[in-house]
Amino acid sequence: MVGLEHYLTVAAALFVIGIFGIFLNRKNVIVILMSIELILLSVNINLVAFSAHLGDLVGQVFTFFILTVAAAEAAIGLAILVCFFRNRGTIDVEAVNVMKG
Amino acid sequence: MTSLDLTLALPEILLAIFAMAALLGGVWFGQDRVAPMILWLTAGLMVLLAIVVGVGTGDPRPVFGGLMVDDYFSRFARILILLSAAAVLLMGQGYMLRQNLLRFEYPILVALATVGMMVMVSSGDLITLYLGLELQSLALYVMAAFRRDSARSTEAGLKYFVLGALASGLLLYGASLVYGFAGTTRFEGIASTMQDGQLSLGLLMGLAFMLAGLAFKVSAVPFHMWTPDVYQGAPTPVTAFFATAPKVAAMALLARLVHDAFGGAPGDWAQILAFLAAASMFVGAIGALMQTDIKRLMAYSSISHMGFALVGLAAGNAAGVQAMLLYMAIYVAMNIGVFAFILSMSREGRPVVQISDLHMLSRSQPAAALAMLILMFSLAGVPPLVGFWAKFSVLAAAVGAGLIWLAVAGVLASVIGAFYYLRIVYYMYFGEARDEALDNDMGVVERVLLMGAAAAMVLGVLNLFGVDGAAAIAAQALVR
Repeated sequence: MVGLEHYLTVAAALFVIGIFGIFLNRKNVIVILMSIELILLSVNINLVAFSAHLGDLVGQVFTFFILTVAAAEAAIGLAILVCFFRNRGTIDVEAVNVMKG
Repeated sequence: MTSLDLTLALPEILLAIFAMAALLGGVWFGQDRVAPMILWLTAGLMVLLAIVVGVGTGDPRPVFGGLMVDDYFSRFARILILLSAAAVLLMGQGYMLRQNLLRFEYPILVALATVGMMVMVSSGDLITLYLGLELQSLALYVMAAFRRDSARSTEAGLKYFVLGALASGLLLYGASLVYGFAGTTRFEGIASTMQDGQLSLGLLMGLAFMLAGLAFKVSAVPFHMWTPDVYQGAPTPVTAFFATAPKVAAMALLARLVHDAFGGAPGDWAQILAFLAAASMFVGAIGALMQTDIKRLMAYSSISHMGFALVGLAAGNAAGVQAMLLYMAIYVAMNIGVFAFILSMSREGRPVVQISDLHMLSRSQPAAALAMLILMFSLAGVPPLVGFWAKFSVLAAAVGAGLIWLAVAGVLASVIGAFYYLRIVYYMYFGEARDEALDNDMGVVERVLLMGAAAAMVLGVLNLFGVDGAAAIAAQALVR
């Protein structure tokens, strides 16, 4: 029997993979965008699992909002990335270093 | 019912419709030639809406069945957001024109970001909170990368996007946990699941993730890394916008979340906020010491100021919220004045941002130098200027809540911070004489805002223009 805790475990694992993907990745900005999608998907799994468990539809409504906003977010991220590539000719994470904090 | 709901949400709806109509109009009528007109219309509409929100009467009540809340707290924050957005739009126009950057999308993006912020501060539900935050953030990412042909600006946009999206992810994960363990996304519903000030472990985890996500948005340490780079890389009018309205919105949202949804367990979030506050004050003050770029310096300055505002929130009571709101209002006024000056810094028509360019400014532009002196003293918190009373009120709130160590830390951090503000004053009045001075061609709007902000810092000492009382009413509405 697959219960709530199984879904939460999968979601937590995806979330952690997404976070690590952002911080450990040293090669490509596209991988960062993929990691962000992974984080948002883990949230969606969480919400749908809770929604089914609680018998409450709000979680699934929330999921649809997140899906929509994630699409807009990916579009804007890719647009900024295209501008960056035009200026620098590369999308290496190492190249994002004109300004140093 | 529905018509009343629509009436209460009218400012947001009008601004959103205006932004979409302006987008259509901009494309239809020759694009960037109409940009100045759209900019003035946007700013005018914002001021008008601020008045509408301000005179709006009637008891605080939930809108759309509790998805949004229209109370004095949200009215205070919305007025502050609208006015500061309008001021930043107007003072940036000259700079954008000179830099050939004034595209018609710019005021529209500001308007959309402002709609997002207004939704944020009046949210009564996790879904509304998320949608407002994302509407604001998505517009801000684009604005950071607004100078498309500049490596710095696009890099700033990229950094802001990646870290902002990560912050949204953290916030959402927290929101999903809160929903799962409270069984509802309504703030009042979450508050009612708490018994005798104890949070369940799941809610506590959710709260911690949500606080981390929001700490990114207010650029509190240890989530501040994006701030200096984004402030430096973005075009200066955009930087000025980042430093004002979004900070107010994020701070107000933080206050609403902790008090409306988690007000029953102040012990759990107050210590997290107290840590964020202490770390931000010190990192902001120490990080600014070595800066040579005035926009980077203002970034660290805003980190430090966010720390002070968080001190008010960490107090966890109505006095703390009142002090935080007062602090944000004064902070925004000071930053508008300083950025009005930074926008006008140029030499032979080219903008400059180095602090060393300010050497002996008092000789070439005595009036502007005096205004900057007052603003710097006020930012540093030198009595009796208004900036001192802002710091005093948050530290007093912390002492009142028994957080003596935090108040002491605040005093120490403001002493460190005074160094770099006074260094600017030193350069302006006692620096080395340079051959070429800065151009003395400040635009009218910038001059009015710079002088107005400086005058407000002096005249406000009398009664703080009544903002104090308004903040008290707003805080009473939030903390019950």
